[in-house]
Parts: sequence; structure tokens; C-alpha cells
Amino acid sequence: MTSPLLSSRPLRELDLRGAPRILGRVLRLAWRYRRRFVLATVTSLLATVFNLAMPRLLGWSVDQVHALLREGAMNYNAAMLELTGIAVLLVTTAALRGLMQMISGFQGEYIGQSVGRDLRTAFFEKLQRLSFEFHDSVHSGDLITRGMLDLEGVRGFIETGLQRFLSLILLIVIGTSLLISRDPLLTLLAMSFVPLVAWHATRMSLLLRITWTRLQERMSVLTRVMEESLQGMRVVRAFAAKPHEMAKFDTAANRALALSNDRISIRSSSMAVITLAYYLSMALVLWFGGHRVLDGRLTIGQLTEFLTLMTLLQAPVRQIGMIVNSSARAISSGRRLFEILDLEPAIQDKPGAPDLVLGKGVLRFESVSFAYHPEVDAPPTLEDISFCVGPGQTLGIVGPSGAGKSSIALLIPRFYDVTGGRITLDGQDIRNVTLQSLRGAVGLIQQDVFLFDDGIDSNIGYADPQAEQHELVDAAMTAQIHDFVASLPLRYRTQVGERGVSLSGGQRQRLSIARGMVPDPAILVFDDATSAVDAATEHQVRHALRAATRSQATIIISHRLGSLMHADEIIVLDRGRIIERGTHASLLADGGFYAALYQAQSQGIPLPERIGQKERVGP
Amino acid sequence: MSMMDFGGRGGPHHGGAGSQGERGEDIFAPFDANAFGRITEFAKPYRLVFVGAIAAVLAFVAAQLGIPYVIRAAVDSAVGKPGSTPLATVFVVFLTLIILNAVVQYLQEVTSARLAQRIIFDMRRAMFSHLQEVSLSFLDKTHVGRIMSRLQGDVNALQEFFENSITATGDLVLLIGIIGVLIMLEWRLALLTLIVLPTLIAIRAAWLPQAKEKFRRARDASSIVNGALAENIGGLRVVQGSRRESVNLDDFKAKANDNFRAAVAAAWTSQIMVPTVDVLTGIAMAVIVLVGGRFVLKEDMDLGVMVAFIFYVQRFFDPIRTLSMQYTMLQRAMAASHRILEVLDVPVAIRDRPDAVALDVMEPAVEFRGVTFGYNPGEPVLKNLSFKVPPRQVVALVGQTGSGKTSIAALTHRFYDVWDGQVLVGGQDVRDVTLASLGRNIAMVLQEPFLFTGTPLENIRYSSDWASRDDVIRAAKNVRAHEFIMNLPQGYDTELAERGQNLSIGQRQLLSFARALLANPQILILDEATASIDSFLEAEIQEALRVLLAGRTSIVIAHRLATTLM
Repeated sequence: MTSPLLSSRPLRELDLRGAPRILGRVLRLAWRYRRRFVLATVTSLLATVFNLAMPRLLGWSVDQVHALLREGAMNYNAAMLELTGIAVLLVTTAALRGLMQMISGFQGEYIGQSVGRDLRTAFFEKLQRLSFEFHDSVHSGDLITRGMLDLEGVRGFIETGLQRFLSLILLIVIGTSLLISRDPLLTLLAMSFVPLVAWHATRMSLLLRITWTRLQERMSVLTRVMEESLQGMRVVRAFAAKPHEMAKFDTAANRALALSNDRISIRSSSMAVITLAYYLSMALVLWFGGHRVLDGRLTIGQLTEFLTLMTLLQAPVRQIGMIVNSSARAISSGRRLFEILDLEPAIQDKPGAPDLVLGKGVLRFESVSFAYHPEVDAPPTLEDISFCVGPGQTLGIVGPSGAGKSSIALLIPRFYDVTGGRITLDGQDIRNVTLQSLRGAVGLIQQDVFLFDDGIDSNIGYADPQAEQHELVDAAMTAQIHDFVASLPLRYRTQVGERGVSLSGGQRQRLSIARGMVPDPAILVFDDATSAVDAATEHQVRHALRAATRSQATIIISHRLGSLMHADEIIVLDRGRIIERGTHASLLADGGFYAALYQAQSQGIPLPERIGQKERVGP
Repeated sequence: MSMMDFGGRGGPHHGGAGSQGERGEDIFAPFDANAFGRITEFAKPYRLVFVGAIAAVLAFVAAQLGIPYVIRAAVDSAVGKPGSTPLATVFVVFLTLIILNAVVQYLQEVTSARLAQRIIFDMRRAMFSHLQEVSLSFLDKTHVGRIMSRLQGDVNALQEFFENSITATGDLVLLIGIIGVLIMLEWRLALLTLIVLPTLIAIRAAWLPQAKEKFRRARDASSIVNGALAENIGGLRVVQGSRRESVNLDDFKAKANDNFRAAVAAAWTSQIMVPTVDVLTGIAMAVIVLVGGRFVLKEDMDLGVMVAFIFYVQRFFDPIRTLSMQYTMLQRAMAASHRILEVLDVPVAIRDRPDAVALDVMEPAVEFRGVTFGYNPGEPVLKNLSFKVPPRQVVALVGQTGSGKTSIAALTHRFYDVWDGQVLVGGQDVRDVTLASLGRNIAMVLQEPFLFTGTPLENIRYSSDWASRDDVIRAAKNVRAHEFIMNLPQGYDTELAERGQNLSIGQRQLLSFARALLANPQILILDEATASIDSFLEAEIQEALRVLLAGRTSIVIAHRLATTLM
């Protein structure tokens, strides 16, 4: 699903819109650690200086030796002394260079990691506050990608891209200025490969970047083919469709392989050209430099210095490709991150909103209408819905899929705002009180159960981490899940999820009911919350719930009419409107939609036990 | 046994972090010749390419070694050393050499990278193909995500290894070459300079285990923090409903801080190697200046040799670093290989007998004769069951959950083999006929309709490759699916979002009815095919069923009697 709220195109495409602004913002994030930043830069500068001192020392030593050689060995001892001095300097310089590089590299990573942590926390905090409207419009996979890969993109740029860029510039500037006075032409020749390589490396890395996006798309097709085949293995087997699946695999794999091979060609040919350019300038330096040495205009040590400097420059200049790539990635990743960070939640507390003052707990819908996308010209999801539930009362809601039942449930904790009418709790419009106090008063239990990778106790006590053990047990008992939990070796400390016990759909729903009971909310909303629970257990759950919720207002949304029979009022919803309302008995007597539905359902005579539980082949 | 190593059965799954290297799985393993041998089998078909790649690598190394040698000649010629080659000749040789160098560099990279790609795709294909045949009980027990991480993450780890192992061979040869050249040039100086090598290797060997531990911790911390993010995104509605925002933020901050600390510790560990290598480089240089200078002064050695030494020594350290990285990669590749081989070693329980014949279905009857079957040893689900479905009759199977109804369906299709007794289709034991012919003659509609990404057309046609568009439309019309398909934006060519999530479950089931109808099987099994459809749609489904069942031998499994009362 594409989001109307988010503009940016998929992952890591080459997209340089607003580059200066985004990079500026990334740099400001790093500037928070300016002392380390300055330290990193200074040490990087020193590392460059020491790095450049190496060729000079080596050149000097060659010259010394050469000079002595020509003059004869008369000054042998003095010469050895001098060479010893150079040797000591070489070791010292190398050590200092390494030390400076270490410090600047470490500081770079430190800043990168710090910014990573800051961004990660800010992103997490923002996602938690953004409303359902936003989360409906984005794929959760997209958000996870932003929080993981895009974050790494920005961090990587600060950590290495920035550092490399700085030290490369320093190396070229200082290196050139050291050599230029010695021999301008030779300096020019020695540096001639830099622009060529820079251009080539940039071109290559941009090309690779674009094709990378395409390759990812093709790989994701391949992934999907494999994943679907595994998930739908029973269908595949039932149709003996292995050849068909293999053909799908081969098509997808060959497409990916072809592009991948293209990328290899791009990379290898560019690398070869880059190497060639480098050695060509070296050839020129050798040719002209050699002649100058022959002419006596240059010493052999100075020529060595030129050549050594070129070897020093080679690696950083090649890294221009990486720097370009890292910046391009930082731009697109930064855009995708900042886009989220800059969103404001659609639903938030009004300035100075007071807490909800809970009285008896009377929930009232006053001709509520609602649409998920009011800007689109389509029939609203809910229209003119009015009802009232008080303490100890139960309201039942039925209707076909898509009638708007769940929307009613989602409006009560203000996950969305009504587009017309109002909802009040004990006389207070829910838009005028704080979300914290409102949501504390409403317990919504949904059909789809999300459990956290944590203990059963933490899952049941999720809404109230301070809850006592006995409260958790009471809730579990009401939800008829206690016996099951008690039968597990680790009981309430059993882990849920991949590393723990695997639960059936019905067990998950019962855990979710227990979770909803713990904070003891004034209003309880069950949205098809027992659809996967077998009929007998559901009956027990209902029974226990009736006892436990004597003082609460309860709303039950269900497909199974049997579970609504005891409701004080039942409303029948169709296409967002209330078409019938009354008690079970009065609705049956009316002989309308509800009565027809009841008829249809009782024909599908359920077996005495375990209706609706999914059965799996195999253990 | 290997099946057990996969761990967890298909339990609930909250959008995991999706990163490679799941927590709790070893990412390094020691070298294992057997596993290595089996993995390298995949390279066998490309023996010639492999030899070519190695040849290109060797040529590249030779060119790399030659370049400083020519520089030495240039220096000798520039200082006017008697008997040295003229500068112009040196220049031409140098030009030839660097062009050659570029060409072989290209060849080396292209061949090794492409070869690695090819092998990796072959490997993935072999795994995928094998998974098409492994026993369903394995797939029932194993999380699809886990298998996918083997097909993706582990295979990628191997790709990295393969791609680098050819260049690593080059590095090794280069290192040996440099040492050889240095000894040739001036063996005493060479030996003195080379002292730094064992020192470096020793230091790295001491450093590596700790570094690995630090990196592992950093990776774990990162997957914890990313897992927490993913989980919170998945459970966001619960988080907001339970007002857990601030508690979760505090938790997350703690995890982000742990991650930060672990990452900084790892950064420190890797940076500490930088000055070590630099000091050793410095020492090697100092030796050249001091000892080499002395040799030159004593006229034991040419000045050009001293310069060449300076150039060679700078190339020492890169190969050592990449080689030790390659060692780490090898260990990671070994761990990945083990997991890949685990998949390839999952036994294929059901396969055609060598003498299997195509199923002959003149009389499409289905018969169970004294069948005993179960999933776990000692726990039979069906005990000595016998019954017969006469040709072109509908038989309903009703029973409670766990009574083995679904097993009957699975056995008819030979998804599993019976422990005892016989399953006969058209009078032939299902074990004596080919699986492909069983598949052609028996269709199955399952409780959960499964659609593939693609259009309704592709989904209905599925493996009935022969079917024309008209055939597909006819099938859809017959099961009352035509109308809603035509209401989709592009009709039969509408791309279904995420496997049909935008269709209702009833509509998806109608598509799978059409798929079964198009396949035109003699025998049809409906396994709870209407169980997850709510009653509002059921009338249409009943009508579709009537069409589907007409004239076929059918087994209808249900626990709602309405389905069977038709």
C-alpha cells in the first residue's frame, strides 16, 4: 500500500532532492558532539601530516645514501649516524600516524554511534506517538526498514564517509603544497590521476547504486516466489506443481542473475580503468622525473618521494566512490527518516486538556459519523450512530463484514476521531480529555491478537506493569486460560513466541482477554475477541466475564449470535448504519435481518464441541 | 536428527528483525573438510571457469609484482647506473605492464565474481528444489522464516566467501611473490625486513578471538534493539491501547544504550590494530633505510633495490589483513554451510518408486484398507481404518478436531505414507503410481485459501499451463467468481495485493474453487473448505460447491453439518 502521508519512493534509490538541506541536517546531528568532532578532525589532520612525512623521510634517506655514494665513503660514520636518525624518525612518524588515525577513526565511530542512538530513540518515540491513521497507511516492513537500514545509512555516512572525505581533501591539499615548490610539472603529473579516478569512481558508484535498487527488486521477487511456495506448500503438492514452481524460480533467478552480472561488469571495468589511470600518471612521473634526474634537476630521493606519495594517495582517491555512495545513501536515507520524524500525530491532547473525570462510566455515542478518509468522496464508514451503555450493561453489535463494527470499537479509545457527532464518557467529550486518562478507562480486546516476545505474565500485565501476581492470575482465570498456563513447566514465566510456547489461536485470544482485564477499565470492548475460541470454552469465558464485569459497561461485537443473547441491547449494523435494534427476543420477534441471520446460523448446527478451531495436519 | 536442529515449530511470529544471523545461532564454525567438500561440489560444473579465474589471478599477481621491479629499473637508469636499461625502454615496458595489469585485473574480477554468483544461485535452486519434495511434517514443524533465512542469509554468507576466496588466493600468492622477489633482490635485507611479518601474524592471532567476541556482542546488541523496534511497530495498536508508550520508550532507550556501548567497544577493538600495523611498517622501513643504506654505501647493493624494497614493503600488509579476514569469512561460511546442508539433508520421505507407473483412473474410486497412520511414533491418529468411496460419489467425513479427518485427505494425496494398510486410488496403491499423476487426478481445496502473488488469471490457471484465458473465465463463471473478479480494477489482470489480502476470505476461496475446477480432477477433496467463511457468504459458496462436485469422486471434510447436508 502506498501511503498518502509519505512521499518518498522506495528504498535507497538515487534521489538527490533537497540534498544540501538533508546533509546539513545530518551534519547538525553530528555537531551535537562537536568536541569529539573537532578532536576527530584535528587528529585526522595530524595523521595526514605524519603520513606525508613518510615519503619525505624515505626520499631524504635515498638522497643521503646516493650523495654519499657519489662522494665516496669518506664520511661513513657520520652518514650512518644520519641514517640512524632517519630510521628513528621513520618509526616515530609511523607510530604517530597510526595513533592519530586510531583516535580519529575511533572518534568518528563514536560520533556515528551516538547519532545512531539519538536517531533510533527519536524514531521509536515518534512512531509510538503517531496515530492509527498513519500506521494504517504505511507497511510495517517499510517502517522497520527505515528504522534499521536507513538509520545505518545516516550513521555510516557520519562514521566513515565524512571522515574519509576530510582526510582525502587534507591529503591532496597538503601533499600538493609540499611538492609543488619542488617541481610544479611533476606535481601536476603525479596528481593527474586524481580527477580522472574521482570522476570514474563517482560514475561507477552512482551506476551501481541505481542498479542495486533494481537488483533488490528482482531479488525480492525471487524471495517472494520461494516464500510463497513454502507457505503454500500444500497447494503446491496438491496440484503436483513442482515443475511450475521451479519454472517460476528459474525465471526470477535468471532475471536477478543477469542484472547481477551486469553490475559485476560495471564494477570490474571501472576498477580496471581506475587502476590504469593511476599507473599511467605514474608512468608519466617516471618518464619526466627520470629525465630530470638524468639532467640533474631533481634528486633521486625527490623522485622516490613523488612516487611514494602517489602510493599514499592511491587508496584514498579510490575511496571517492565510497564517499559518493555513502553521501547518496545518507541523502535518501536521511530524507526517509526525517520524513517520519517531522510528522505530527493526527490525534493528540488538546493544549491544557484535563484528565478524564470518571464517574459511573457511561459511554454515549451521539449521532456519530466517521470515515477513514474523509477527503475521499465515498460513503462514510459510520453514519448517525447513537447508543448508550452504562455500568453493568452490555451492548451487542452484529452485522456483515465491512459493516463498520470494528470502527465503532476503534473510536472509543480515540484511535481515530469522529468526523461528525460526538462520543462522551460520563458526559465529557473524549476529544477534550487527555489520551492517557481516556485509554486507561477503556479496554479494547481485538480479534487479531498481538503478543510480545516476553513472558506470559508480562503479556497479561502489559497495560499495568505494576500489577500484582494475584491480579494476573485472577484475569487469567476469568479468561479461562489459567489452567493451561498452570500446566506449563514455567507457568506464568513461560515465554511466548518463537523461543517459547506456541499457542493456538484460541489460547492467544484468551490471553488477550486476560490482558484486557488487568487494568480493570470502566468500559470493556470485545471486538470478535473469541472468534477462535471453541464454543464450550467461549461459553465459560462469557459466564466468568459476566461475573467479573458487574460494574462495567461492556460492548461485544461478534459473528456468533449465540454470544449476544444476554445483551441488554443489540444493534444490527449494515453499511455503517443501524438497521435494527432491540433485545434478542424482540429482534427475533421482528423477523428482520437478525432473525434471518439467526436462522441461518442455527442451521449450521455446530458440533457439540470445538467449533471453529483450526485443525492442522501433523503434530 | 537434523530436523530437530531447526528448533521451534510454527508458533506465533511477530515480524522478526529480518536481519541475517538469528540470535542464538552460531555464526562461526571451525573448518570441516566434509562439509567443505560437499559445498565445493557445487563448483564442479564450472571447473574450467574456475581454472580460468585462477589463471587470471596469477597473471594479475605477476603484473603487480613486476611493477615495483620496473620502477627499480627506472631508478637505476635515472641515476645513470652503468649497464642499466635506457629510460625509454623502461618506460615502454612499464606501459605494457600496466595495460596488461588492467586487463587481467578486469578478467580476474569478472570471472571470480560471476562464478560465485552462479554457484550461489545453483545452491539456492538445489535447496528450493529439495524443499519441494521433503516431507510435509518437516515443513509443518519448521518456521518458514527460518528456512528463508537459510535460503537468503546463509547462502549470501557463502557467496561472500566464494567471491573472496579467489582474490584471497591471489593475495596469498602475492604475499609469497613479494617475499620471493625480496629474497632474490637481496636476501639478507629481505630476511631482516621480513621479521615484522611473524610479529604481525602473532599479534593478529592474539587479537582475533577477543575482537570476534566484541563483534559478536555488538551484533547481538544490534539485533536486540532492532528486534525491539520491529516488535513495537507490529504491536503498536496494543502499545497505544495499553498506554505503554513511556515504559516502552525507557526500555528501548536502555537497549539502544547497550547497543551503543557494545558498538563503541567493537570500534575500539578494531581501531587498536591501526597503530600496531603502522609501527611495524615503520620498523620495516627503518630496517631498509639503516641496513639497506649500509649495503648501498658498501656497494653491496644498488640504490634501485633499496627503492624497490620501499615499494614492496608497503604492499606487505594489505594481503595479510585480507587473508585474516578471509579466515573469519571461512568460519562464517562453514557455519552457513552446515545450515545449508541441513536443509539439503532433510530426508525426502515420499518419492516415486523406481517402477512407479502413471495412475490409471478409469474408475476413480478411493479406498482405505486397514490404514494405520500417525505423525509421531506410537501415537496413531488412524487405526485400522477401512472404507470405500465409489466412483463419482460424494462422501462426507464428519468428526471432531483431532479425529483424523484431515489425515485421510492427506493420505489420499500421498502427502504421507501409511504405517500399515493401503490407500487405493482407482484400484492402485498410491505408492505404486507417480506423484505427478496423482496430482493431475486429485485436487484438494483447503480450509485456508492460499493465493499466490499475481492476478486472478494466474491464480486460477496455476499449474494448468494448457488452459486458455477462456478456459479460466469459464471455470470462474462456473463457481460464481466471475462477477467479483470483473469488479476488480483490471478484472482478471488485477494484481492482487499481498496474496489477495484485499479480497475477502470467501472470495479467495472462490478463486481456489475455480483453480480446482480448471484442473478438472477426477477426484476432489474439500478439507474444511467452508469453515473459515462467515455465514453471510455461505449461500454462494454452496452453489459453487455443487458445480465443483458434479460428476467427481469427492471427499468432503467438515465439522459443520450444513456443508454436508447439501
